[in-house]
Amino acid sequence: MTSVIDERATEAPAAPSRLLPPAGPGRPPDRLDDHLRRWGPAAGLDDPRGSAAAGLIDAVAAAGLRGRGGGGFPTAAKLRAVAGAGGRRAPVVVVNAAESEPASAKDRALMTGAPHLVLDGAQLAAAAIGARRITVAVHRGDPAADSLAAAVHERAARWPAAAPVEIAQLPRRYVASQETALVRWLSGGEARPTVAPPRPSERGVGKHPALVQNAETLADLALIGRFGPTWFRSVGTPDEPGTRLFTVSGAVADPGVYELAGGARGAEVLARAGGGPGGVQAVLVGGYGGRWVSTDGFRAAPLTTGRGPGTVALGAGVVIALPPDGCGVRETARLARWLADQSAGQCGPCAFGLPAISAQLTALAAGWLDRGGVATLERWAGQIRGRGACAHPDGVTQLVTSALTVFAAEVDQHVTGRCSARPEAPPVCPLPTGDEAEPWR
Amino acid sequence: MALTGRAPEPGLITVDPIRCTAHGLCAELLPERVTLDDWGYPIIDGRPLDAGLRAAARRAATACPTLALQLR
Repeated sequence: MTSVIDERATEAPAAPSRLLPPAGPGRPPDRLDDHLRRWGPAAGLDDPRGSAAAGLIDAVAAAGLRGRGGGGFPTAAKLRAVAGAGGRRAPVVVVNAAESEPASAKDRALMTGAPHLVLDGAQLAAAAIGARRITVAVHRGDPAADSLAAAVHERAARWPAAAPVEIAQLPRRYVASQETALVRWLSGGEARPTVAPPRPSERGVGKHPALVQNAETLADLALIGRFGPTWFRSVGTPDEPGTRLFTVSGAVADPGVYELAGGARGAEVLARAGGGPGGVQAVLVGGYGGRWVSTDGFRAAPLTTGRGPGTVALGAGVVIALPPDGCGVRETARLARWLADQSAGQCGPCAFGLPAISAQLTALAAGWLDRGGVATLERWAGQIRGRGACAHPDGVTQLVTSALTVFAAEVDQHVTGRCSARPEAPPVCPLPTGDEAEPWR
Repeated sequence: MALTGRAPEPGLITVDPIRCTAHGLCAELLPERVTLDDWGYPIIDGRPLDAGLRAAARRAATACPTLALQLR
């Protein structure tokens, strides 16, 4: 047999509803039988040492799959790095389903609606890199842990020889699901980021080289393992193959999780969520380390994994539509305060710079900051970028800088002590509550 | 390629941001490449070191109390 991955394009369902179960999120999770009826068997699951497992990395490379957690790193390169890490200890697979972005619900939709697809991907990846253990990380108290545990139980009965799966519950901290923090915590430490390199493929979990992949990435990988790269690329664009999950909220008619073809423009994303019947002032894209984009700019631009000219980085797929009566300055000040509190406090530029930026933005939101104060804010944002161990400070400064640009007219209003938004307009960007005292361990 | 028996000349300065606790000696000893932000943490000019700065860079790395400043 020369072709190790079947190219059964005709049997594969029409796009773009691939990852999410047909009825959408909210329905009971897929049972294993339903799942296998929908997708068919995967050779790599029934025979982990067979040729399908051996060909998976090449298939993932040909499919052009990149990480869906926000980083966009090529998945095949990660698989190869872990497979080739050497050493005497077998690698481990870590499914990153700890969805830290408060406005994101796509990984939860997957874990509750299609847990077997994610677990298929984890098992296929484990077989491809020789891993003998799988850990699924969710945040403490995440309701997805229950559907996940049921799915793991069902699978253990069907594939007793497969790599065992454990579910780990991570502290509810924004940076805890950052890859290095996750690996540090799984190794017995605190869920705070570490300096990389060494990367998780080298440092590993308890010296086992670790493949850390977002849940959506593994769901895609499960389909590549079944149907191959040509099928995978039959949706999306050459640069953005496959589908993308978006969590749309704010001033849209139907907030929710939507699956769109890769390379879709912002206008298509808004349309899927019923559009913004009352108008949309601006859009926050990616997550709270993402950026504000003007509505026109968002509608016209392809949403891409990386950033390029004329495109908007989709990050973790968060899309929040700001209503016309909302205030982008107030929204951003509120987010900056929460994000400053989420710093792991390890790196000076983040531990000191983010609270300073947050205080300055709070003053601007209240109408107490003059033009010179805005210039200081811009200078701090520029200074902090790239100087943390992780990308947390970069994300915050990117969000703040984009707000100062997109809401420039509103910033001018605030400098003169005014705000053009409706005073009692509630904030649209959701923030978690009750996690202030969450421990790092 | 002949072996000279000497380590390669360091060309880049980096800071481990977790180790760094803002003693600020690096900015004293290597002002050509290191300035401090508003909170006293170093901002590194990432251009490669030219020969005239290498001795000062080594002194700065050695003097760093937390060994956060590194030469590569």
